[in-house]
Amino acid sequence: MLNRYPLWKYLLILVVLVVGLIYSLPNLFPEDPAIQISSAQGDSLDARQIDRVETALSEDGIEIKALEEENGQWLIRLRHDDDQLPARDIAADLLGDEATVALNLAEATPEWLQAFSASPMTLGLDLRGGVHFLLEVDMDAALTQRLEVNASAMRELLRSERIRYRNTDVEERTLSIDFASAEDRDTARSLISRDFPDFEYSSEGDGRASTLVMTLSDQSVSEIQDYAINQNLTTLRNRVNELGVAEPMVQRQGPNQIVVELPGIQDTVAAKRIVGATANLEFRLEARNDTPDNETETLTFRNEPSRSAELMRDVIITGDSVSSASNSFDENGRPQVNIDLDGTGGTLMNRATRTNIGRNMAVLFIEHKSEDTVVTDPETGEETIEREPYVERGLISLATIQSALGNSFRITGLDSPTEAAELSLLLRSGSLAAPIYFVQERTIGPSLGAENIERGLLSVQIGLLLVVLFMLVRYKVFGIFANIALALNLTLLVAAMSMLGATLTLPGIAGIVLTLGMAVDANVLIFERIREELRNGMSVQQAIQAGYERAFTSIVDANITTLLVAVILFSIGTGPVKGFAVTLSIGILTSLFTALMVTRAMVNLAYGSKPVKKLWI
Amino acid sequence: MKPLTHLRIDFMGRRKLAYIVSALLLIVSIGAILFQQLNLGLDFTGGTLIEVRYGAAPSLDAIRVLLEDSGFQDVSVQTFGASTEVLIRLQQAFDADVGGEVVNLLRSSGDSVDLVRSEFVGSQVGDQLRDQSGLGLLVALGVVMLYVAFRFQYKFAIGALLALMHDVIIVVGVFSLFQLDFDLTVLAAILAVIGYSLNDTIVVYDRVREAIRTSRIDDMPQIFNEAINATLSRTLATSGTTVLVLLALLLLGGDMIENFAIALLVGIVVGTFSSIYIAAALLLPLKLSREDLIPTKKELDEEEEELP
Repeated sequence: MLNRYPLWKYLLILVVLVVGLIYSLPNLFPEDPAIQISSAQGDSLDARQIDRVETALSEDGIEIKALEEENGQWLIRLRHDDDQLPARDIAADLLGDEATVALNLAEATPEWLQAFSASPMTLGLDLRGGVHFLLEVDMDAALTQRLEVNASAMRELLRSERIRYRNTDVEERTLSIDFASAEDRDTARSLISRDFPDFEYSSEGDGRASTLVMTLSDQSVSEIQDYAINQNLTTLRNRVNELGVAEPMVQRQGPNQIVVELPGIQDTVAAKRIVGATANLEFRLEARNDTPDNETETLTFRNEPSRSAELMRDVIITGDSVSSASNSFDENGRPQVNIDLDGTGGTLMNRATRTNIGRNMAVLFIEHKSEDTVVTDPETGEETIEREPYVERGLISLATIQSALGNSFRITGLDSPTEAAELSLLLRSGSLAAPIYFVQERTIGPSLGAENIERGLLSVQIGLLLVVLFMLVRYKVFGIFANIALALNLTLLVAAMSMLGATLTLPGIAGIVLTLGMAVDANVLIFERIREELRNGMSVQQAIQAGYERAFTSIVDANITTLLVAVILFSIGTGPVKGFAVTLSIGILTSLFTALMVTRAMVNLAYGSKPVKKLWI
Repeated sequence: MKPLTHLRIDFMGRRKLAYIVSALLLIVSIGAILFQQLNLGLDFTGGTLIEVRYGAAPSLDAIRVLLEDSGFQDVSVQTFGASTEVLIRLQQAFDADVGGEVVNLLRSSGDSVDLVRSEFVGSQVGDQLRDQSGLGLLVALGVVMLYVAFRFQYKFAIGALLALMHDVIIVVGVFSLFQLDFDLTVLAAILAVIGYSLNDTIVVYDRVREAIRTSRIDDMPQIFNEAINATLSRTLATSGTTVLVLLALLLLGGDMIENFAIALLVGIVVGTFSSIYIAAALLLPLKLSREDLIPTKKELDEEEEELP
């Protein structure tokens, strides 16, 4: 009896090997720290400017590895990680407003590998440093805001049709309007239901207590919430892009959470302020002396709480009408924000200011914030943390309208240039459709990231070495087969993770180490079985055959159960746990392939086709 | 190396002793969990954790006083790894800015302080995660039990389940007893232990099943002994290699995965023990008989034809 594989099995193994090699190779070429320079106006940059940057960098002792240009964008690859930040500062100072300078990690995969669209594994934040935020979108607020907007549109409609109403009330997902008579209510109902199909209508009460109750349908509630979260995702992406971070990630997680990951960022406080800012602007007229009280409200100044002004309730425009904004200084050197409005915003602003020359217009800064307070249950003594959202509003400027304003104008009255810069950034990137709150934050300093990689790699190497020695001593020639299979297993695991675009995290490395330990299990089972059958007096070829065959069910059963656990781990886990589950699952699959097919192929090639007296096992 | 398969260790004869050892371990573990509770990590409790690196070893008391004077309550300050690295925990989670505030405060006293990492977890997330994790563990156990019942027989499934619970309780017990930080990575390790221990149990079960089908004797303890002795050398080899790499991970992997490695190490030692003494030995009181595996004579014939 001989042990031979059909040709197609050898070919299959060969193909898998070659593919594995190609896709795992890019990981041997680490990414270069780089700075990316693009023109602020969108046209291509002058090569002379890049020359200036180059000279300035080398004067500062920063080594440049390569200079590349693509679509008018320049990429300066650097030799050392530590140089990245100073290099960006130098370039940004030198080029000023003309160009945007961002940090980047440039792939260093050779072109022939890129042709296979092979790329290295992405490193998780715990390995490269950076910030991870988990944000929760306040869905209740999104609903309330939408209902408020609808309510004011309905009031407008009723006023224009001269139907008298008394009160409008917004509660959770219902909106109710009180009328003086049932007749008014019924006319209003037919009018409103034509324009607002999203509601379910019901009439309650009679005579002077007539009320029209409008409830949002489940479908429109989920539409509004989807809209709110998608709008927030877009806004956050805009903001993150403005921050100039290499490979940022903004992703929805679950029904109402958003994950933001900013690798390599240093100033986390600023990042958080910008990502989480819910600031918006409102432009309103100052109230006249004769304006009725219920149409005005009194607000204080942001940087001068003792000063206040009485404003109209009606809003001319909000920050949402801003099409672009930039910051600069006025003739007295004070920070200012230059604002351009979109078409509708410009018309509204022009209409409001044209008829009100000589009156004061206020710019109101609005911010959604929240405060956690610990509440102790008087009965159980249990402490729970309650989050109380609140809105902070303050005037930033109150200035006399000199002439009719058009599409572009400027506002002053800001505390500092930083505040001006942040406000213009926020206005450019748009406001959030619903307030968001930070529910989780992780910051990993860059030094810790580097340390984690170093230690992780070291433990993989040492672990691998120990297993290889153990197998050699215990199974001799077969140990060599198992070790070759183990090396292939590692290659395939890395290749699979790179192809899937999985992120390598510290627990992921731990998963690899653990997989190495367990990967040899299948081979151990087979080899022990072969030894046993040899002792029972089987011939060499029969023992090999029986060893692989009888160990097969154990191996499959044992691995399927582990795989089940890994899949469950993946579905319940977040962040680090998911990384571990991914490596564990892929590791189980690749180790099954290498332990069953690859070692068998080697054994067959070495012993299968000739009579053998004794096995070195 | 001496082949262990020649050994004829009477595992089942000593099962009473093993039951006593297991029972003791379980009692200590459950006692520790009940009376000491778990030292739940930030992932589950919510709060803020800040790791900073000082230029020179600082006085921990001074840091604590400084923070408490500035209005932070429930501050825990300890060194982490080296004496210049300090881990600060705040149970309160009023807002996400605490991390930055603390670093600025520490810098204000004139020391050079680098932020190594900071984590903030809102309390709602913690609660959510705790529920989700508990559920995950139960689902994992349930699915695995179904699979074993389907591939083997329900008595095997009960044995496997009890063995897994035994392992999980003891690992959690160790974490409670020594008040080690129980965080998400430790939970991942426990799920991996479930996977590993089950792997072991199934290999033993597979051999038990085979031995019952082919053996001509009816003495169950002796059949079990044969099966366990036959797999012993494999069990020790696999556990050996896994323990080797875990030791590498524990000693070299760094502080952040230390607890992860501890959980896996304890779990693998206990899991190896339990797959022999809990999973297999429990089949005896469950009265596993040959009829459970071979309902009719006809199937036995087929089985023998398959295995020459």
